[in-house]
Amino acid sequence: MSEPILELRGVCAGYGNIQALREVSLKVMPGEIVTIIGANGAGKSTTLMTICNVVRATSGQVFYQGRDITGLSADKLPGRGLCQVPEGRRIFPRLTVQENLEMGAFLRKDAARIEFDLDKVFTYFPVLKERRKQPGGTLSGGEQQMLAVGRALMTRPRLLLLDEPSLGLAPLIVQRIFSIIRTINQEEDVTVLLVEQNANLALQTASRGYVLETGSVVLEDTSANLLANPDIRKAYLGE
Amino acid sequence: MTTLGSRRRWAGFAIGLVWFFFLLWPLMGIKPGGLEFLPALLVWARIAVAALFVFVLWLLKQQGALGLLERPAARLGGSLSGAARAVPRGLWIAAVLAAAFCLPFFAERYALDVVINVLVYVCLGLGLNVVVGLAGLLDLGYIAFYGVGAYTYALLSVHFGLSFWLCLPLAAVFAAVAGCVIGYPTLRMRGDYLAIVTLGFGEIVRLVLNNWMSLTNGPNGILGIKPPALPWLVDGHWRMLEVRALGGLYYVILGLAAFTVLAVYRLNHSRIGRAFEAVREDETAAQLMGVNTFAIKLLAYAMGAIFGGLAGAFFAGRMRFVSPESFTFMESAMVLAMVVLGGMGSIPGVILGSLALIALPEVFRGFELYRMLVFGGVMAVMMILKPRGLWPARRVGQRSEERGRG
Repeated sequence: MSEPILELRGVCAGYGNIQALREVSLKVMPGEIVTIIGANGAGKSTTLMTICNVVRATSGQVFYQGRDITGLSADKLPGRGLCQVPEGRRIFPRLTVQENLEMGAFLRKDAARIEFDLDKVFTYFPVLKERRKQPGGTLSGGEQQMLAVGRALMTRPRLLLLDEPSLGLAPLIVQRIFSIIRTINQEEDVTVLLVEQNANLALQTASRGYVLETGSVVLEDTSANLLANPDIRKAYLGE
Repeated sequence: MTTLGSRRRWAGFAIGLVWFFFLLWPLMGIKPGGLEFLPALLVWARIAVAALFVFVLWLLKQQGALGLLERPAARLGGSLSGAARAVPRGLWIAAVLAAAFCLPFFAERYALDVVINVLVYVCLGLGLNVVVGLAGLLDLGYIAFYGVGAYTYALLSVHFGLSFWLCLPLAAVFAAVAGCVIGYPTLRMRGDYLAIVTLGFGEIVRLVLNNWMSLTNGPNGILGIKPPALPWLVDGHWRMLEVRALGGLYYVILGLAAFTVLAVYRLNHSRIGRAFEAVREDETAAQLMGVNTFAIKLLAYAMGAIFGGLAGAFFAGRMRFVSPESFTFMESAMVLAMVVLGGMGSIPGVILGSLALIALPEVFRGFELYRMLVFGGVMAVMMILKPRGLWPARRVGQRSEERGRG
């Protein structure tokens, strides 16, 4: 069995006196789509923010491609192929769509490949091409999510962390974004760690899942098993 | 015509007038001998009549009764701006430069003096614009870098006799170093905290200049600074001659201002400028895209400081005297007001802002007593009517934490 691309070992983190993560351990294998599901405030977003060291881990370690990246400043990660699409999209509202995408390629110097990747993002999301001159803030919610994913793709990631891509979007748009996530995973060989509240959709997309409750991993299984698990169906799938 | 305006509007107008009277009365009525009523009432009545005239005019405009006058005016304005746009931008810039170049041949001494002042503030405003407009960091102590630049040239000139042109880059370097030294501890803060800390550092720099007697001669200032020298043809030989005539100084600052405009324009359209904006828009997102936000903020701060330092060196050379009095918080506030009034992030806006805040008070010297009163009033009205400034940028600076969540 190959080495995990991302591994968390006993990671704890918090905000002030509030402990948000308690000894979280998880593994992501290269090429996988793995999901973290859980209720509001379970620590899903904090997990992703701790991986990128925007929130500091108080103990435990984060390994990426076998290297310890705990405490490594967040801006070093895109250069190593780890990029996050943060919760709430967080595009640059007053930069144009094109400038937003170019910000994704901020650390890259290979002008020809950047151009190539830009074209590729435009084929995934044709609407972004139509609106390339428009400020990002004038896009609709779904388009902004596409822009956020496109911007992350411009970093040429090997591991993509996606935080609630379905947040506040119409079901049809959500379907499209998830199908593109699958495409990216298969065709670009990008590993995906997906945080979602929409557990049903997340488990249908991912091969494995972790269930987070009040900062701890309470369950870890294949998506098929989790979907069949009566407790999970009751708590997260609304049955 | 039926009724003019709704009752609510008239009520609002009346309340405004009553409010203004209560503002005016204590200001004009309280005398050593006791409370007087008449002088305030007389002034108030005049202002009320003027306000009524403007109000009725505005109501008529709202109802379209002035359409007769407005439509031809709008057509004229439209065709004028259309014609202006038809001329290529390069030609405009060339025309402005040519006009600026010829100015000393026509302008009298006093006017030239004012224009030199405006150009100094253009440099300062554009420098601060990099920090506030592009990177979105509210800096209330910007004038400190102006001071550092001025004292750098003053000290090097008086003690070592170094020439202005050699000191100019040195002043920029010293200001940039000062920017890094001040920025390093402060830039970890965001928003309001940053503003307060920069305010404190600005004052610290002034107080150091004021109290370091052995180096800066304290509040007495430094005298005998050499003016800049320009190459001049004397008896068939090129000589470096000190510029004492105002016209020569004008060309020096014109060159500096042109350099600043060009540099800031290039910065606006560079990869680094984009990163400044990304940090302004959303610091965390910028970091996740690989922007070292701390280094970028420090760079913005140092770059802003460089332009302040250049302007400062010129200021010292022009006045041939520096003292800490020139670098008070009031100056920082003035430069910030120019940037905000003109339009954050917009180069023509900042130039307009400096022109408005330096040249207009000179033009209205007759009302000197009321200058600050009018200044305050105009700023308040501007922020209500044109919050994005006189000449808004394509996009306006906004700090990420102001936008709220979601």
